[in-house]
Amino acid sequence: MSVLLSPDDLRSVALTLELAALSTAVLLALTLPLAWWLAHTRSQWRTPIAALAALPLVLPPTVLGFYLLLFWGPDGWGGQLTQWLGLGRLPFTFAGLVLGSVIYSLPFALQPLLHAFEQIGRRPLELAAMLRASPTDAFFSVALPLARPGILTAAVLSFAHTVGEFGMVLMLGGNIDGQTRVVSTQIYGHVEAQEYGQAHALAALMVAFSFAVLLYLQWSRAAKARGAP
Amino acid sequence: MNFTSLFFSHRTLWALAALWMLGMHGAGSAAEVQVAVAANFSAPMQKIAAAFESQTGHRVRTAVGSSGKLATQIKAGAPFDVFLSADSQTPLTLEADGLSVAGSRFTYATGRLALWSRQADLVDAQGAVLRKGNFSYLAIADPRLAPYGAAALEVLKSLGLWPSLQARIVQADSVGQSYQFIASGNAELGFVAWAQVQAPPQTGSVWLVPANLHAPLRQDAVLLQKGKSNPAAQAFLPFLKSPQAQAIILSYGYAIDP
Repeated sequence: MSVLLSPDDLRSVALTLELAALSTAVLLALTLPLAWWLAHTRSQWRTPIAALAALPLVLPPTVLGFYLLLFWGPDGWGGQLTQWLGLGRLPFTFAGLVLGSVIYSLPFALQPLLHAFEQIGRRPLELAAMLRASPTDAFFSVALPLARPGILTAAVLSFAHTVGEFGMVLMLGGNIDGQTRVVSTQIYGHVEAQEYGQAHALAALMVAFSFAVLLYLQWSRAAKARGAP
Repeated sequence: MNFTSLFFSHRTLWALAALWMLGMHGAGSAAEVQVAVAANFSAPMQKIAAAFESQTGHRVRTAVGSSGKLATQIKAGAPFDVFLSADSQTPLTLEADGLSVAGSRFTYATGRLALWSRQADLVDAQGAVLRKGNFSYLAIADPRLAPYGAAALEVLKSLGLWPSLQARIVQADSVGQSYQFIASGNAELGFVAWAQVQAPPQTGSVWLVPANLHAPLRQDAVLLQKGKSNPAAQAFLPFLKSPQAQAIILSYGYAIDP
């Protein structure tokens, strides 16, 4: 493969994997409590918050990228906040892409978790409470293990979805080698420059990766249906 | 029950069909030309198209994109009759591939590069701001994809500033996006097409980069094979050379080769 992939191509692959791994970690930390809350709350805020969290699912990525560019820019509240905190500005940085990806892939982490928590229901937790487990204890020793397949699906989906993001990165990234130039923007650049050979090599890698991910998800669903662990 | 009759009565369908036939034949010799236009020329093209339509009765449809993308689409059989590129290289490759009509190629405009900032006092009339370096990001269009990006790179190299500024450069997909990076304030300054900062609102500060700092930004037009026998396409290219069209092109800050 390295015969076909140039050093910049390989750097973009490494950067993409790093971005997807970091975003997935942040997403799980964020969506586990959020999904738990959404699954159990009776608050009137549940519906608007669930709708807001699903918004990135239907918005074109360029809309997301465009608004993030304005929001995190010098005139935006987000940009003024990060500057006030002494963090500088987020557009054209790797940190900015991680945060952007977290927003972009949020529904892909949240939905499987929410589904898993809703399926578990209250019963196992009530049993845990009867056995005098504290709510925190019950969450970690009962709910999380039961939700394991959902957590795995959430992780795989958010990783894969982040690897495949394009429009947002193009808007927000600035195409900086080793900083914000990911595989999808690198492919775009190759196609635009009519370097079809290099575009093919990277694009084929993307197709193979995405197919493997979907194959894994189908396989794990089938295994679950058969009652395997 | 027939599926279409769920939505339209038969009478409506007949009326629509009649209208369509009228549209096809009623307008006499009017035809339609599909023009693929490089992004930097999008604004003048709108005015030229309007003038062409009112003068000839033909219709113009435009597709705006980067020259590289449009060329890829043309190679894949896109239904364009005329191609207005942002450079002179891309039309040459189309001609070599036999996709354009030989002898139809000409330079319709020569672009100028500008260094622009939305801050009123950042860019000076000599471009000395590049040496001062009091900014964190400098936006340029991707030199591999956009001729204006390649020209910007050439300017930075001929000023000997490329090594020192390289780390602060953010690359946009086109001059259109380069403009957006600067207009949103995320990049303090950057290189755009002079034509882009001619349209209102003219704000901030700008340096018209001397033409001797980069190769001329010759923008060539070609008649594509698909438009060879289309009367509207055949009429459009001469119109692009007419005084009326040239006045529009000049008003956007392009030069025209004598």
